[in-house]
Amino acid sequence: MKEQELIPHLFRTEYKKIVAVLCKLFGIGQIEIAEDIAGETFVAASQIWSLKGLPENPTAWLYTVAKNKTKDYFKHHDVFTKTILPHLKNENATPEIDIDLSNENINDSQLSMIFAVCHPTISTESQIGLALNILCGFGAEEIAAAFLTTKDVIYKRLQRAKEKLKTEMIKIEPPTPAEIDERLDPVLMTLYLLFNEGYYSTSQDTSIRAEFCIEAMQLNKLLIENDISNTPTANALFSLMCFQASRLAARTNEKGEAILYDDQDMSLWDQLLIEKGKYYLNQALRGNRLSKYQLEATIAFWHTNKEDTPEKWENILQLYNQLLLIEYSPIIALNRTYALAKANGKREAIIEAEKIELTENPLYHSLLGNLYTNVDNLKAIDHYKIALKLTASSSARNAITKNITKLTGTKSND
Amino acid sequence: MKNFLLVFRYDSNALPKGSPEELQAMTKKWMDWIGGIAAQDKLTDRGNRLEFVGKIVRPNNVITDGPFTEVKELVGGYSIVKATSLEEATKLVSGCPILSVGGSVEVRPVNEL
Repeated sequence: MKEQELIPHLFRTEYKKIVAVLCKLFGIGQIEIAEDIAGETFVAASQIWSLKGLPENPTAWLYTVAKNKTKDYFKHHDVFTKTILPHLKNENATPEIDIDLSNENINDSQLSMIFAVCHPTISTESQIGLALNILCGFGAEEIAAAFLTTKDVIYKRLQRAKEKLKTEMIKIEPPTPAEIDERLDPVLMTLYLLFNEGYYSTSQDTSIRAEFCIEAMQLNKLLIENDISNTPTANALFSLMCFQASRLAARTNEKGEAILYDDQDMSLWDQLLIEKGKYYLNQALRGNRLSKYQLEATIAFWHTNKEDTPEKWENILQLYNQLLLIEYSPIIALNRTYALAKANGKREAIIEAEKIELTENPLYHSLLGNLYTNVDNLKAIDHYKIALKLTASSSARNAITKNITKLTGTKSND
Repeated sequence: MKNFLLVFRYDSNALPKGSPEELQAMTKKWMDWIGGIAAQDKLTDRGNRLEFVGKIVRPNNVITDGPFTEVKELVGGYSIVKATSLEEATKLVSGCPILSVGGSVEVRPVNEL
């Protein structure tokens, strides 16, 4: 790999590891110091490597420089004696502490950081921002682009979140077995939302969206690889991500336009990811706690085959029924109604759909348009037109317009 | 929005004994019906079924076993829905599978303390 490609690549993989180790070492109060040292390490790499060429072992070089900069920092700042020394377990520690960048400590630090960052004391929005920034190494500008907002907004959000963590004095350590289920909930929610940001994002930047999916999966993988956080629910979420991610290549065409599930080329679906999804789904179903993630993952499993069988849709319908009993959301209600149409027939589904009455929701009208097609085409067109007015998504607009055109074409035949 | 208690009653002798397929079909009907209420965001608590044993305590500490399964209107379970009126809550009951086996559903507004 050429030097110009190597540094961004190493940044993506190593920055977060160095930050995690230093954050765990310094404590939540000095998070910025950890970030500064990590940042300076990469600045040094970029300056020195362009002059002297690539070192034999670039990663080891980075780690050595990070260690040295940390030791320097301790020597020149009395924050060490005031804040860090009491924080360290070994009270006899001298300034010659070893900054442990072993695989084990990196893993332990990253795990601790996930729980510190995805902490219920800060808003979910802030958790996602911090996760992207500290855990994944994305800058405020990249995050802003993905969330269709400005760098300033993101920067302020991150600052406020870090302040909150400091005032709450959040400890950077893995949770105990007694608290794991409770502490995992916000973590899994954040990873789920992060993955969805990548998967469903309306941002035009497709490459960053795929990266969000990858980062969410890597963080989830970290949870699974550690006994304490390797719960059935964590496996369920990972399984769901595998199934969804298996279709990433098939979801957009060369023009960057969205391709709907029914129109996707199945040969572009990643079979390896599908197999992984099935493996982790089995792991997830071992427990006796049925969370929404097990249900959603099982629904996603049924969608790994496009073929419309009664068995597929009856299973999906029952899974959506169970999902609605755990938690309601308009999109789940609408998806359930679509499954009901496939399993019980359109007429029953239309009756159920009309009861839902989500009249301000474009997806509601799209669904009714779909259900009324070939049952009452005038009503179908009406609903599609309302959907067109309400929707903000350009790919949805294209799909709806196509449907209206098809219907107005057949309408002239009666 | 107010909560309403649904009390399901049935004549246990009138229940079809049920092959596995019939029982499965009944389960589907229940899940589809309650899922339909949940899809309208009007389900507060899916509730529970009640077991076929029990005691009745009357004044002067008179305790008897019961109600027995011979009782014509045995309370079999309960759910809690939410609606803006008793009429709306009653409409939610339509399609309830217990009605197809001669049972009944009592709808009572909950007076929240």
